Amino acid sequence: MAKVERKATLSEERVRTFLAEMLLIRRFEEKVEEQFRAGELPGFLHVAIGQEAVAVGVCQALDDGDVFASTHRAHGHTLARGTPPNAVMAELYGKLEGCSHGYGGSMHLYDVERGNLGANAVVGGGLPAITGAALAFKLRGEPRVAVAFFGDGATNIGTFHESLNLAQLWKVPAVFVCENNHWAESTPAVQQLPIEDLSKRAAAYGMHTITVDGQDVEAVHRAAGRVLKYARDGKGPVFLLANTYRLVGHYVGDPQIYRDKDEFHEVVETQDPIQRLRESSGIADEDYEALDREAHELVEASVEFAKSGTDPKPEDALKFVYA
Amino acid sequence: MPELSYREAVRDALSEAMRRDGDVFVMGEDIAEMGGSMGVTAGMLEEFGPDRVRNTPISEMAIVGAGIGAAMQGMRPVVEVMYEDFTTLAMEQIVNQAAKHRSMSGGQLKVPLTIRTQGGAGWSPGAQHAQQLEAWFVHVPGLKVVFASTPTDVRGLLWSSIYDDNPVMFFEHRTLYGIKEEVPDELEPIPIGKGRVHREGTDVTVVATGRLVHEALAAAGEAEAEGISVEVFDPRTLQPLDEEALVASVKKTNRCVVAHEAVTRMGFGAEVAAVVQLQAFDWLDAPVERVGSRFAPIPFAPVMEDYVVPHAADVLEAIRRTVGRG
Repeated sequence: MAKVERKATLSEERVRTFLAEMLLIRRFEEKVEEQFRAGELPGFLHVAIGQEAVAVGVCQALDDGDVFASTHRAHGHTLARGTPPNAVMAELYGKLEGCSHGYGGSMHLYDVERGNLGANAVVGGGLPAITGAALAFKLRGEPRVAVAFFGDGATNIGTFHESLNLAQLWKVPAVFVCENNHWAESTPAVQQLPIEDLSKRAAAYGMHTITVDGQDVEAVHRAAGRVLKYARDGKGPVFLLANTYRLVGHYVGDPQIYRDKDEFHEVVETQDPIQRLRESSGIADEDYEALDREAHELVEASVEFAKSGTDPKPEDALKFVYA
Repeated sequence: MPELSYREAVRDALSEAMRRDGDVFVMGEDIAEMGGSMGVTAGMLEEFGPDRVRNTPISEMAIVGAGIGAAMQGMRPVVEVMYEDFTTLAMEQIVNQAAKHRSMSGGQLKVPLTIRTQGGAGWSPGAQHAQQLEAWFVHVPGLKVVFASTPTDVRGLLWSSIYDDNPVMFFEHRTLYGIKEEVPDELEPIPIGKGRVHREGTDVTVVATGRLVHEALAAAGEAEAEGISVEVFDPRTLQPLDEEALVASVKKTNRCVVAHEAVTRMGFGAEVAAVVQLQAFDWLDAPVERVGSRFAPIPFAPVMEDYVVPHAADVLEAIRRTVGRG
């Protein structure tokens, strides 16, 4: 019964949008892994395969003027907010056409025009600035919301607690999206979190919390719409806990020796957000395959774009040290 | 010309900026009703209200980080970190976030944030309330570092820091808040990156910051009685450093003493010595002398504290050494 209702609320158009976005992120990250293993990309990479529904569900609910801070696992948030795959891929190749013009890399994707205030390679590093951006919106009376993405591992760090405390104290329009993928790098929740329900941490500051199935893009989108409205209406910040799964290792090439193989395969079989939406929506195979083809094409084109991009001049390194 | 204390001069710059510009606001621990632990923001709550004079929890990461976020949205926050010892709690936000957003974003973002803090020994606050840590921040590309030593300078430089589009670490010295001088009627901005010659001389240049500017001036007076003509140069901003004026002064006097309250080892004086030897080697008649604190946490007992931190007598000795070698 519930399933029928859900189908009714989710228009065909929306299903296609969600699927197209999630497939783009998935194919992009698979490609990035492949390119990285082939030695094409400098630095190192973290993909968020399995967590696409959180990025798409939240970013699709943002308004123009809203801002967000991302994490070291930033490809999904950035693509879901509309930064062209060409610009993201070019950044991974260190090209001037990249969304951070080659200065940032995978862990520092920015697109300020679209509200992306930067992906942060320090766990929890972006949360205080999101509180401050929300404070600026409040002081100026602007109906905008600032959103922080972070993982369960970040809820152990000081910036998380100081930011939530200050945000709630000052009732600023911020949304804290915790992507609980149950792993802090290689360390399972049981070894790093003394409680299971992380929303208790936000509740301890008196903050409004909502918990959602992070593998259900529609549920994430609905919840994000609600919490963004709550913050925008001036009621204060919200903690949105999205329970999700990392269907890959911590970094590209991580053999995941720390993870139980059977449990991992079961998660991959049952918790893939793309397959879940495909099944629940009943989209025709040919329609799904057309969307998937389109995602592949966009990604392939982005690789070509990035490879033919412009290398920065070495001395460009000194250009943006100061404003 | 009105007479202002160093404390009043800081308050005047903050208040003038806030009167003129709704994007400027201040936040920090105990700065509202109490007026700050040093009384700098006294009375500002009454004038500007609690939205713009914001008391915060004891929460340095969030105070600095919230300032970064508001600055990225185009506001010009001035955050107060009560003691510079407590900047250690916010180092991640200062070093990894404030200093780097502009570069990491490829020029998309600016962080026009001023972080005011104060410190310094001379009143037995012990090891965690008396450090001089300004040199740490000079080592981080993306930050500017200001350390003003007079009411006129602190007023003009704070104004320029607020209106600089970069994160500025703004250091005040605890023992200078009470000093007074006549200041210009209208606040005159002082450009960041320009040093000041406090006293002209011909035999030796003393490059001094913060409290040591005053110690150097006292030492210069005593040296004069001994027939040594001392030039006292205050760079006022440590980053960027006014190398041109610094080197010009040393080329004139042929000798250089660097004096700061921070520990000598790996201190700002080492950088000054490096700049001077590279750019004025052939002009030097003596090795560059350094004056700073001894290599110890600042102890509590006044006799020990007094022993650890430098005074006019230490500057005078260094002057004599460098002249004697000439």
